[in-house]
Amino acid sequence: MSLLRPLLLDVVPTIQQTAALALGRLANYNDDLAEAVVKGDILPQLVYSLAEQNRFYKKAAAFVLRAVGKHSPQLAQAIVDCGALDTLVICLEDFDPGVKEAAAWALGYIARHNAELSQAVVDAGAVPLLVLCIQEPEIALKRIAASALSDIAKHSPELAQTVVDAGAVAHLAQMILNPDAKLKHQVLSALSQVAKHSVDLAEMVVEAEIFPVVLTCLKDKDEYVKKNACTLIREIAKHTPELSQLVVNAGGAAAVIDCIGSCKGNTRLPGIMMLGYVAAHSENLAMAVIISKGVPQLSVCLSEEPEDHIKAAAAWALGQIGRHTPEHARAVAVTNTLPVLLSLYMSTESSEDLQVKSKKAIKNILQKCTYLPALEPFLYDAPPNILKHVVGQFSKVLPHDSKARRLFVTSGGLKKVQEIKAEPGSLLQDYINSINNCYPEEIVRYYSPGYSDTLLQRVDSYQPLIN
Amino acid sequence: MSSSGIYQVAYYTMMMNLYNAMAVRIQRRWRGYRVRKYLFNYYYLKEYLRVVSETNDAIRCRRKKIASHGNQRKALEEFAEMKEREEKKANLEREEKKRDYQARKMHYLLSTKQIPGIYNSPFRKEPDPWELQLQKAKPLTHQRPKVKQKYSTSLTDWLACTSARSFPRSEILPPINRKKCQGPFRDITEVLEQRYKPLEPTLRVAEPIDELKLAREDLRRKEWLRNVNDNMFLPFSSYHKNEKYIPSMHLSSKYSPISHKEQFRSEDPKKWICDKDFQTVLPSFELFSKYGKLYSKAGQIV
Repeated sequence: MSLLRPLLLDVVPTIQQTAALALGRLANYNDDLAEAVVKGDILPQLVYSLAEQNRFYKKAAAFVLRAVGKHSPQLAQAIVDCGALDTLVICLEDFDPGVKEAAAWALGYIARHNAELSQAVVDAGAVPLLVLCIQEPEIALKRIAASALSDIAKHSPELAQTVVDAGAVAHLAQMILNPDAKLKHQVLSALSQVAKHSVDLAEMVVEAEIFPVVLTCLKDKDEYVKKNACTLIREIAKHTPELSQLVVNAGGAAAVIDCIGSCKGNTRLPGIMMLGYVAAHSENLAMAVIISKGVPQLSVCLSEEPEDHIKAAAAWALGQIGRHTPEHARAVAVTNTLPVLLSLYMSTESSEDLQVKSKKAIKNILQKCTYLPALEPFLYDAPPNILKHVVGQFSKVLPHDSKARRLFVTSGGLKKVQEIKAEPGSLLQDYINSINNCYPEEIVRYYSPGYSDTLLQRVDSYQPLIN
Repeated sequence: MSSSGIYQVAYYTMMMNLYNAMAVRIQRRWRGYRVRKYLFNYYYLKEYLRVVSETNDAIRCRRKKIASHGNQRKALEEFAEMKEREEKKANLEREEKKRDYQARKMHYLLSTKQIPGIYNSPFRKEPDPWELQLQKAKPLTHQRPKVKQKYSTSLTDWLACTSARSFPRSEILPPINRKKCQGPFRDITEVLEQRYKPLEPTLRVAEPIDELKLAREDLRRKEWLRNVNDNMFLPFSSYHKNEKYIPSMHLSSKYSPISHKEQFRSEDPKKWICDKDFQTVLPSFELFSKYGKLYSKAGQIV
């Protein structure tokens, strides 16, 4: 490092550029080397000569700054402290697109770490210039500028508001139509970072007329584009019922469901969460998700995904769909997801988060479920706290439906209910009593445990009439 | 007599049952209307779900087409086509509106039985399409120049009921041969008379107490406006007289005639609580303002 530093001040420009490039590659490789670069007081020198040299030097110097800044917030803070931001912003105004790209990349990496650094980048006046960079014809420059805006906007609502005020949303929305996949993924990520903070920002993104163009992005071949498009739709739909309604009206529900079907693994997660958010807002929206054939897809996700957090998200989404009315609970129950949820809850391998979410989902669905064929398996293998709800549901439905009562007896449910041991006075005992009251006494006695023993005892003690 | 009492009770019970049954019918209709309008409309929900599923199908088969073509550009082209179609439709509608407006303006160019209009020349095989357009259009009335209302709240402005609830203004008048509503309702003309009765202010409200004083001040103000110079204008014949007026001994002594107020009452304005004196002229009270204008016939001389 001490050898390279004087080379930066060499007379020959090519040596300067090559020295800068070497420093950049060193800093890029490793955290410690980057720290050494900072400690060697090289940065002020770079910043000073950035202002006056030719474009190759500028590109190399910006590369060094980026390589140092990407490792940790402290290093990025060191870069900010030596006044590099102003020179980088001046580089953004350079007419060579390569220089602009390098400067934008460095700014993006600095702003990525935390909100203070982003604020410093914004205070240096970078945002309007980045918006201008987005409008340039070179694709690489557009990509980097979009990613820098996304990194700035993601930390706080004020920063996102600054990005929106600079008029970035309209340009980003236009670029969704661009065929380049990497550009689309950066643009979608930028829009989703803007939309996630508040309702107003989400509405502003929607006003830029991204629907229904975003839905075509959901069918892209590239996985990241699909994932980011799902993320954008999720961030928009999660704020208010009106925004979710907007998404559903544009056909977003069906598009996301198809997208979930065609992906695997982590790319599915934002789509699953989006369905959960939409269904959570109101029962009409949950019904719209059901008729778009969302429930079979979610149950497929639940059963075949290996990762716990995706399963937890699917369980949560199913719980949100099924909790509104008996119709919704029935739609979830007919796809045979409840046994899967139960097994996930009971299994010891599931993470705690998964267990909690599946328990909540089961509880919510069971409290509204009147579809008895789906409830019957629960009588057999449910733990006591869930059994209470199941029996409660039976006790609500059976008094009114005679066919259901007959079915309950013939399928052996009544027998199982008699075998349940409950403390007298508990809620479970109340439910069992109300079920028993639906049937004539002989049947109840017939199915109660130990009845065969009592009958045999009576046979033993019976004195036949001898005449 | 107990038997007539029993009959009366039975009759009363029967009538009350009938009324309750009728009330149930009325309430059923009203509750259904209210729930559907303000709380939840099942048919609207069904319609909405149907539309959502149709949109979903449209998106799915469009996406299937896109997937089968395997090219993203096709998606963009289709989207562009759709936008173009919508724009064309909007343009057509605008043209239609413009043409309609022009036809309404040129309505007088329509041909009559005696004289063929300019678009209906006898030498043509068939009339110009504008002729048909003119026939369909309603004549355009002149736009009445909107007079800006003066904002003064004098009593005459309130003589007609202007609140929207008491005077629902609709564009069309009610039909002349309106069928009488079935039921124990009053005659519609009576009801309208009662509802739109003009305001009949009491004497107290109609004229303020100190109207004379106000009118005098008003006149003085108007004259002051007109004057160019505030100094009194002496006639030319008295121009040379610049002597002050010398009052007579009677009037210049301090033993001047005292006002009635001072004669009978001693006043000390510094001891007053507020800076205004008592009112000497009081407003009238309404003893007979409602005479003959009430609805009830209570208190009438038989």
